[in-house]
Amino acid sequence: MINERNLPILATLLVFILLYGFGMYEYKGFRDTLVFSNLLTDNAFLIITAIGMTFVILSGGIDLSVGSMIAFIGVLMAYLITSTGMHPLFAIGIALVVGVAFGAIMGVIIAFFEIQAFIVTLAGMFLFRGLAYLINLDAVPIDHPFITGLYDIYVPLPGRGGLTFIAMAMLVLLALGILLARRTRFGMSVYALGGDSHSAALLGVPVKKTIIKIYALSGFYSAMSGVIFAIYTGSAYPLAAVGVELDAIAAVVIGGTLLTGGVGYVFGTFLGGMIQGIIQTLITFDGSLNSWWTKLAVGGLLLFFILLQKGIVVWVKKRSAA
Amino acid sequence: MSQLVNETLMVKETVEAAQSAVRPLLEIKHLSKSFTGVQALNDVSLEIQQGEIRALLGENGAGKSTLIKVLTGVYPRDNGEILLDGSLISASDSGHAQRLGISTVYQEVNLIPTMSVMENLTLQHQEKTFGLISWKKAEIRARELLAQVGLDIDPLRQLDTYSIAIQQLVAIARALSTQAKMLILDEPTASLDSDEIKQLFNLMARLKSEGLGIIFVTHFLDQVYSITDSITVLRNGECIGTFKTAELSRSDLVSHMVGKSLEDLAPTAHDHSIKRERTELLQLNNVGKQRYLQPLDLNIAAGEIVGVAGLLGSGRTELCELAYGSVKPDQGEVTLSNHSLTKSSLRRAIQVGMGYCPEDRKQDGIVAELSVRENMILALQASKGWWSPISMAEQQKLVEEMIQRLAIKTPDMDKPIGELSGGNQQKVILARWLITHPALLILDEPTRGIDIGAHHEIIQIIKELCEQGMGLLVASSELEELVMFAHRVVVMKDHHKVSELHGDEVSEQAILRTIAS
Repeated sequence: MINERNLPILATLLVFILLYGFGMYEYKGFRDTLVFSNLLTDNAFLIITAIGMTFVILSGGIDLSVGSMIAFIGVLMAYLITSTGMHPLFAIGIALVVGVAFGAIMGVIIAFFEIQAFIVTLAGMFLFRGLAYLINLDAVPIDHPFITGLYDIYVPLPGRGGLTFIAMAMLVLLALGILLARRTRFGMSVYALGGDSHSAALLGVPVKKTIIKIYALSGFYSAMSGVIFAIYTGSAYPLAAVGVELDAIAAVVIGGTLLTGGVGYVFGTFLGGMIQGIIQTLITFDGSLNSWWTKLAVGGLLLFFILLQKGIVVWVKKRSAA
Repeated sequence: MSQLVNETLMVKETVEAAQSAVRPLLEIKHLSKSFTGVQALNDVSLEIQQGEIRALLGENGAGKSTLIKVLTGVYPRDNGEILLDGSLISASDSGHAQRLGISTVYQEVNLIPTMSVMENLTLQHQEKTFGLISWKKAEIRARELLAQVGLDIDPLRQLDTYSIAIQQLVAIARALSTQAKMLILDEPTASLDSDEIKQLFNLMARLKSEGLGIIFVTHFLDQVYSITDSITVLRNGECIGTFKTAELSRSDLVSHMVGKSLEDLAPTAHDHSIKRERTELLQLNNVGKQRYLQPLDLNIAAGEIVGVAGLLGSGRTELCELAYGSVKPDQGEVTLSNHSLTKSSLRRAIQVGMGYCPEDRKQDGIVAELSVRENMILALQASKGWWSPISMAEQQKLVEEMIQRLAIKTPDMDKPIGELSGGNQQKVILARWLITHPALLILDEPTRGIDIGAHHEIIQIIKELCEQGMGLLVASSELEELVMFAHRVVVMKDHHKVSELHGDEVSEQAILRTIAS
């Protein structure tokens, strides 16, 4: 039996297949594995951010700081590598620890002072962007051989495509996210919190601890995304990734996660991010359309998914009342 | 001589030693808890044995829920000790209490509606293989737990696709999963039908035979007598006493709960007759709703006050809500002055002359941030529709009149209503309806939480309104005041109407007797 709560993710899968199928039907070049592997690489940083965001939204919260976090982590990494001559591995390690710590601090404020996540992470958004500017005002190239070496790692696939280091890192982080969500006590606590936080507390879920972990995890994923973004672009710029938090939220919602929390899948978020990428690719293939059509399509899809979810919620309520 | 005394002492000691061998499962000693000056629990002591089902009874504000919350660690206690199995315990939160062996099932199902039955049953207790949750083991465990409460349902389906009754049983299954020694059932039967209740009672009987101690909170006296071994009555935060169920008559129980004995109540003379010709206003014809209120008939004429009496949870508020239409009945007919209201909107009901002051003033009645004037004008504006605003001059005139008429104590009409005293807030809500000139006014607990002076004034207002020809339906837990003004009293019990007392039959004594019968 198909569970009604799984309808959104099935709809996401259908949209993904339809869009991809349309591309393959319409354009010959679309049938090559290159398109798919490019989708994985080009959308890696967005999908990684969105995986962290999935946990936040599943718990009924929101994290607006992720875009700024990406820029801040990139700039921090560049500073550590180019100005202090630190080995990139250490720089990446420090950047990740900083990301997790900042996420955890926001989590503590949200959990213990009971302030809305929206406001706390909004403050984080301004703060991280400001910190990025504090370190560096301009774009800095990161041309350390280790970083370029990572960028060049490549596992060829049949056809012209192949998995880059970036794509593989994203897939590993995706697998980790799926395991965390469905196969750990922490993951189930996240779902419980989003389903009904009052009941969750009565059932013995450590509410505050879980909230802190959720924002720390989102900090980790967005910091990871910052690292990937720096490798991807080979540079760091304080104005990078403006508005990515909203793209990530869109990916999560298009991926079938209920904005009110409690229902959704990490894998859906992956599809949601890929769908945004496909739309962009289709527009590039078409050639006559402005790239702003991407926003139009994503906006339309977002609206469709929110309405779909609302419809399902109403339907479930009616059914259980009967 | 002294030797003899010594011997009797020794005998006494051995008897005591033998008694302490069957030590109680749960001991509560001198428990106290207060909230900002209000003593919610005052020196409460009780003991529960293994395999005992104890009813915990009391009216509103008796301290039942506080006691449960202190037991389960939701509130810290001020004073006293709690012993489980002879060892001192002090739960820090609900999860800790569960680990100690005290599990609670609440009236509202406290599970996660968006998770599957299996996920709910195993939350926080999932078994793992290689550090990851094993859903295979979880499903086996879930089926075991469901079998324990006699449920045969698919544990993989989402919880909220099942009825409340099944969810309630799932909650009990979960409560039992943690090796519970004490099970607290807080009004578990409020939303169950009779078959479901039977199922629950069978389960309770089985758990009792397995040696579990059960605290059962309910408002249904029939259920108390059919399942419990003993009864503890709380009133105003104090433990009135613990009784064997078989030895306590219903009338004594009701007397303990309301704090008045039948003998104390000399029938007082009140004039219960109506002095005018009877023109029917409100007619409820076989009105009821499943799991809410048993079908009943009720008529109210112009210039008549009908009281609704009954213990807490007997269906008083439910009757008011159905009559007003804020909860729609699933059977029967509601008519007001020959307008059928069964399927109408509330706005229509207000237009044909219905008014309703709900029980929970803070939550349903006032809009605390709005001014006295705005609060008062709400219902009139709503019935007129928002596109025909009432002019400020007219508003001020109406409000000024009402402030005079009801003697509302407020410095000016633009003060936020939240800053007024309870009695004055209640008067503003009354005024809100009075300016719509209702034919029928429904008042649920009009005098709850207000001081004695205002109490008296509100009763005077009720009487005046009645003399002017308004019909009133007044639900109240205070029998004394009902008897003072009601022409008729409908007695509610276990969500149905048990009796209707007319004219001279109306007395506190008679009402209590009907409730206890």
